[in-house]
This record gives sequence, C-alpha cells and structure tokens, in this order.
Amino acid sequence: MTTHAPLAIEVTGLEKSFGDTHAVAGVDLAVPEGSIYGVLGPNGAGKTTVIRMLATLIPPDAGTARVLGHDIRTEGDAVRSLVSLTGQLASVDEELTGRENLILLGRLLGLSRSASRTRADELLEAFGISEAAARLVKHYSGGMRRRLDIAASIVVTPRLMFLDEPTTGLDPRSRGQVWEIARALQAGGTTILLCTQYLEEADQLADGIAVIDRGKVIAEGTPGQLKASVGTGGLKVRLLDPGQRGDAAGILERAVGAVVLDADPAALSVSSADASRAADGVSALARAGLGIAEFSLGQPSLDEVFLALTGHLAEERDATLEEQSS
Amino acid sequence: MSTATPVTAGADTAAVRQAIATTARPPRPGPLSTALTFGWRGMLKVKHVPEQLLDVTVTPVMFLLMFTYLFGGAIAGSTSAYLDYTLPGLLVMSVLFTTVYSGVSLNTDLTKGVVDRFRSLPIWRPAPLLGSLLGDSVRYVIAGTVIIVVGVALGYRPDAGVTGALGALALVVVFSFGLSWVFSVLGLLLRSPNAVMNAGFMGIFPLTFLSNVFVDPATLPGPLEAFVNVNPISILATACRSLMDGTPDGEAITTSLVVAAALAAIFLPITTRLYRSR
Repeated sequence: MTTHAPLAIEVTGLEKSFGDTHAVAGVDLAVPEGSIYGVLGPNGAGKTTVIRMLATLIPPDAGTARVLGHDIRTEGDAVRSLVSLTGQLASVDEELTGRENLILLGRLLGLSRSASRTRADELLEAFGISEAAARLVKHYSGGMRRRLDIAASIVVTPRLMFLDEPTTGLDPRSRGQVWEIARALQAGGTTILLCTQYLEEADQLADGIAVIDRGKVIAEGTPGQLKASVGTGGLKVRLLDPGQRGDAAGILERAVGAVVLDADPAALSVSSADASRAADGVSALARAGLGIAEFSLGQPSLDEVFLALTGHLAEERDATLEEQSS
Repeated sequence: MSTATPVTAGADTAAVRQAIATTARPPRPGPLSTALTFGWRGMLKVKHVPEQLLDVTVTPVMFLLMFTYLFGGAIAGSTSAYLDYTLPGLLVMSVLFTTVYSGVSLNTDLTKGVVDRFRSLPIWRPAPLLGSLLGDSVRYVIAGTVIIVVGVALGYRPDAGVTGALGALALVVVFSFGLSWVFSVLGLLLRSPNAVMNAGFMGIFPLTFLSNVFVDPATLPGPLEAFVNVNPISILATACRSLMDGTPDGEAITTSLVVAAALAAIFLPITTRLYRSR
C-alpha cells in the first residue's frame, strides 16, 4: 500500500498490562490524516485500552505512539489540545442539562461566556437536541445522549476524534444518524479512530481497518481486502423446525461449504458462499423438503471474520478487563 | 397543522457540517478560570439536585431537636442552657458531614466516565478537583447557615452576635477544605459512591460523638476524656464556641487551622496523584 497522506496516528509496539493480563500486547497502527480508521474486535480485545493510551488517559507500558506528530508520553498536553474523546460510556455529565454540558466544555476550551452559549445552541440545533436542551442528560434517550456526546466532542473541532463504540446499544435509526455525523466530520477534515465490534459499521465508515484480538492486530487492510480474505459473504438459513438442523447442515455442507451452527437452534450459516452457490444450497434444502423460515446472503459477521482469521470464534475476554483501565 | 411536516428528530447533517466548519481554536483559558468553571459545574449540581442538601442538613437538624429537647434538660439542666452549649458543636457536625459528599460526588464522576472527558481536555490538571471544592464550599455554607438559623429560631443567641456566628462558620468551612481531601482520597480509592458514603460516615460519625459536641468531657471516664480532648473535632468545636461566645480561644483556633493545613498537605497530593493515574 502506498499512502502519501501524513500520518495522524503512528503506533509501534504498544503494550499495556493490568496485573497478569496483557490487555494490549504489541499493537502497531498507521492511520493517515483525514481518514476514518476502524479498529475492529470483540469486547475485551484491547480496543478501549488502545484509545485510552492514545488519548493520554493512561500511560503505555512499552512502545511508542505519536498522535498528529506529538509523542503521547512526553507531549501529552499537545495531544490533548488536538483530540476529542467520545467514550463507550457516554462521557457527558448526567447531572447537568445538555446545554450546560456544552457550555461547560466551551468554557473549559477557552470560549468566552457568550461564545460558549452561542456555540452550545448552534450544536444543539445541528444535532437535533434543542427541545431537550434544558433537560437533565440522565433523562435522555440512548440516541440523544450519544449525539450530545459527539456534539460535546466538537465544541471546538478536533483534528482527531476517538469514537469508541459509538453505536453500541442504539436502534438502527440512531445508528444511521451517528454514521452520518461521522461522515460529516470526516468531510470537515477530522481524522477518526473508530473502535467497533460491528463489521458492518467499520465497512460503512472506515477507509482502513485493523482487526484486533487478544491485544494484537491480527489483520489489516481496506474493508474490501478484509472481506475478500473471509469470503464474499455468508449464507444464513433459519429453519422452521430446529430438529431438522442436522439434515440441513449435511445438505449445505455438500452443496456449498463448511457450515457453522449458530446459537439460535434453528439457524445455521455458511461463511463463504457466492450468490450462485448459495442459491444452489437453498434450493437443495427445498428439494429435500426442509422448511425454511428465512434465508439471507449477507456480509460475514464479526464471528465469521474471526473464525476465518484466527480459527476461533470471537470471544469476550474477562469482562472486567476493560474496566480495570478506568 | 399540516401532516406533511417531516419529523425532524435527529441530527441535521448539513448543520453539523456547518458547525464543524465554523470554529477556530480559542486561546487556552488560565488555571483560575478553569477552576472557576468547575466550581460553576458544582453549583449547577446543587441547583439541579437540591435534595442532596436535604440529606446533609436534615440529620444535624434532627440531632439538634432530639438532643436539645430529649436530653438537654438532663444534661445541662434546661433545654436553653443545653442549646447554648451544643449549637456551635452541631454547626461543626453539620458542615463536617457535608464534606463526606465531596468524596461521594468525586466517585460518582469516576463511575460515570465524565472524568475521562475532563482528563482528555487540554486543561490545568488539578482544576476539576479545586473547582469541585469551590462548588462544595457553597454546600458547606448552606449546611452551616441552616443549623445556625434553626438554632436562632429555637432561641439560641450567640453572645458575639452575627459577627461571632460568621466567624465560626468561616472557621468550620476552612477546616472542611482540609478535611474534604481525606474523603476525596476515599472517593478515588473505593469502588462505588455508596462505599465512599459508608466508609466516610463510619469515620466521621464516631469521631463526632467522641468529641465535646454533645457533652462536656469533664463527665467522662479518664481515658475517654483524654481522647476527646485531643480529638480535632473537639478542638474545632471549642474554637467555634469561643468565637460565638465572643471570647476567641486563640489556641483552639490556631490548632484547628493547623490541623486543616496538615490534612490538606498530606491528602491533596495523594488526591491529585490518584486522580491522574485513574
């Protein structure tokens, strides 16, 4: 790959341990300025820990990292003045109103009293939270809170924004809105480091993706390259009768390829299937008289990406791991 | 109303683009201005959740009523004589109880993730801590004022008048600045706001009772009397009593201030270090 854009993030051999757990075990990243870069991985893979180190919240144990040319160890202040953090837990003050949150940040970033009020109202309007401006944030819906969180991150437009799982727990509509905002930010020249556990999200937004597992980058590339390495997409079938899943697996195995049994007892999928072979598989099931509730040909899920890349399913590591870093 | 109006709940992408395009980075604010902004935040919280003041004022008022009318006659011969003795001490108790909440609110911030946002900002690093202390001082003043006003309503008259009462209030608030760092450390070490509250009161409650706030230590068994006499809360209560009586006890006042300064000198650096490494 030849990238001529200067790098917004340059990370070599970054490591961080909490006790005996190597949360981040040697991560390298190169994120070109102006791009949206996806860091894809399951809970506990070390994504949040990487972000917390890059945002200078916690020091790394080993390795070097430069953010917009500044060393995160020695030039923390310079880094902080160029980046914004949008956390997994919405990092806004629940006990203040939406408007007060934005004014607070405006004041902390050096806007005058009147300028911070004007800016707050402008952002509330743009993000569709004007009506709830005077309400305490703890009464906000998930989508509204997430939008406020992002608005809070651009009170002064950052050169680099960390978006940590921006759509986890959101309904599809709110998710689409967050994606729109991320695109608008990129169009405005902000580089975005996006951490997500959804391949679809990384695929929608990111120019480059690093897949991270157990604190290590296990694959890197454009969304297209990554999906190509996994297969063109998966065939998912849901049967009317879960009792027939064994038979169905046998038929699909012969007609299409290796079958994965889902957690849903009536569902099974084939991780790499092009459209015509998938169609063959479905008609083979129909000829065998197996009732199909639904089928779809879609993108590989994160599970399937992991299976293809690592030979094991994406598993959540000790859930307390990410919390220990806070 | 036309039904053709689209529902516009959500972000307006064009406006978002506009909002992104219109900012230049302003000059960084000074440390004082940043701390004051955090003080403003603390006051907004008091404004939005005035119930939290109820928590800290109701208990001392309850003690005031209970002790004065239930035990006052037995302890001091008459309820009014007891009120004269105990009110300055209750002022101390009321404000010191409030300091526990400094640790509780710090811990609440930590559990909510908003601290991550503050720590990712290019601001003077101790500003959030000092700022919340400014906000807390408003709470201290309110808690102290409530007790004095209720006392006056029940018939308490400080010999030194308004000046004496204000002097005692000021002394207690300054002492609380020092003590609050102890609870800030608890707030940074413990896992939940409730744990901070429990641990805080487990310390402050017995210390307050094993002082001269409620009874004259002369009536206590020797070893207990010795402890009560060196308890900083006794010394602070004595200092307040002397200020309100118009006979300022220089030694008690100085000792109170020295204890406050010592607490701050020990626990403020621990607080800032813990806050930075969380």
